[in-house]
Amino acid sequence: MNAVLNGSTVPEPKRLIIIVDYDAGNLRSVKRACDAVGINSLFTSDPEQVVKAGKLILPGVGNAKSAMATLRRSGLAEAVARAFEKGVPILGICVGAQIILDRSEEGEVPCFGFIPGVTRRLSPPAEKRVKIPHMGWNEIQVEQSHPLLNGIGRGDEFYFVHSYFPEPAKAAAVFATSEHGMRFSCAVGRDNLFATQFHPEKSGKIGLALLERFAHWNGSYAE
Amino acid sequence: MLSKRVIACLDVRGGKLAKSIKFVDTKDIGDPVEKARQYYEDGLDELVFYDITASSDGRDIMIDVVERVASQIFIPFSVGGGIRSVADATKLRLAGAEKVNVNTAAVADPHLIQRCADAIGAQSTVLSMDVLRVDPSEKTPSGYEIVVHGGRTRTGLDALEWAKQGEALGAGELVVNSIDADGTGDGYELTLTRMIADAVTVPVIASGGAGKPEHLYQVLTEGHADAALVASMVHYGHYTVRQLKEYLHERGLKIRMSY
Repeated sequence: MNAVLNGSTVPEPKRLIIIVDYDAGNLRSVKRACDAVGINSLFTSDPEQVVKAGKLILPGVGNAKSAMATLRRSGLAEAVARAFEKGVPILGICVGAQIILDRSEEGEVPCFGFIPGVTRRLSPPAEKRVKIPHMGWNEIQVEQSHPLLNGIGRGDEFYFVHSYFPEPAKAAAVFATSEHGMRFSCAVGRDNLFATQFHPEKSGKIGLALLERFAHWNGSYAE
Repeated sequence: MLSKRVIACLDVRGGKLAKSIKFVDTKDIGDPVEKARQYYEDGLDELVFYDITASSDGRDIMIDVVERVASQIFIPFSVGGGIRSVADATKLRLAGAEKVNVNTAAVADPHLIQRCADAIGAQSTVLSMDVLRVDPSEKTPSGYEIVVHGGRTRTGLDALEWAKQGEALGAGELVVNSIDADGTGDGYELTLTRMIADAVTVPVIASGGAGKPEHLYQVLTEGHADAALVASMVHYGHYTVRQLKEYLHERGLKIRMSY
């Protein structure tokens, strides 16, 4: 599939966000959210375009196993890895946050390995009587400051729909956590890569603001 | 910890917002997308659009409504009414609906729930059930019966059994709508809601009967519901979404208050 441009003029590539299209289902909602806050974006399944991107969003619903299989088959996995090594700012969302660790328990599949760690199933103690999938609005707790989390305060909630979560081996990669019968990491990152387990594109204005910050992020921690 | 959700339901007929009283008399009260936008600004947690149009023309208008909503409202929303196939469900998902509600067609063909869950995911497959209070009988031991076609046709199905079956077939969420309470403004059917919420492990959305903020509090506590659905009380401006949420928050419930 060729890239589809939104609007009549071709935006300058550097300022354009490329949404990696690996048929994961929520591409359109991410794109709609970008459109709403005036971020130029397009989705593509062309590895060339991914390598050349100025900025990438790795979206995803579905599961880690099918996501990795599709990404590998299409050559997109290699393209995303090259972009990451080049320092391209990358935002992973949901399954896009689950496939950047070494492997996922869901389908026992090897993943990108950008961040050491494992994607695990939420397994709160039975006596907590919480429901899996974790679906709905939940508060996040910022554990480390990050340019993409600027302005997020106590009580700010995001929309979650998931049964698995990324668990980095080191706390240094955990930027925010949430609680659902157990505490789990919901925003992880390293260098030019940042990823959220929640859906900024479905989290109202607070979520849109995160996407806007990503649009302005140069990929470093310095403000 | 998850917040309790306040959900607004908009009945859409031919692209216009309609509100029914006891599922019989409907009148149009405005542009659904405009209303939805207003609720979104006001902190609503989720939206449900119910298509009460029978014609196929109406279906296309509904797709248009869904696309307009999806391009300006960034909270989850579901669409229900007249969904008969996986193709219907997939079309609505692609148009931007987070979840799809099945109702009447699932009663005729329960495996529709399973097929939808396989195609769009259990988390996106909602079983919506219209429930009538009846005398307990051999067929309906819970004292609640499933009705379809907008409440006009009795099915003989026991509501409690149907809820459990729906969950087993892959519904990720249940909407429990009381036909007796609907449109009365006298409060939700607490006994029914609690009976079902206690029998399943998926979230339960209580529907029908909300007239005062107190009613939402009751169903989210005594009724064991995960979410409370409102319609007339916000459509007619008796309360704003914000007022409802502030009330529930002040009563000590976990509610999303910053938006």
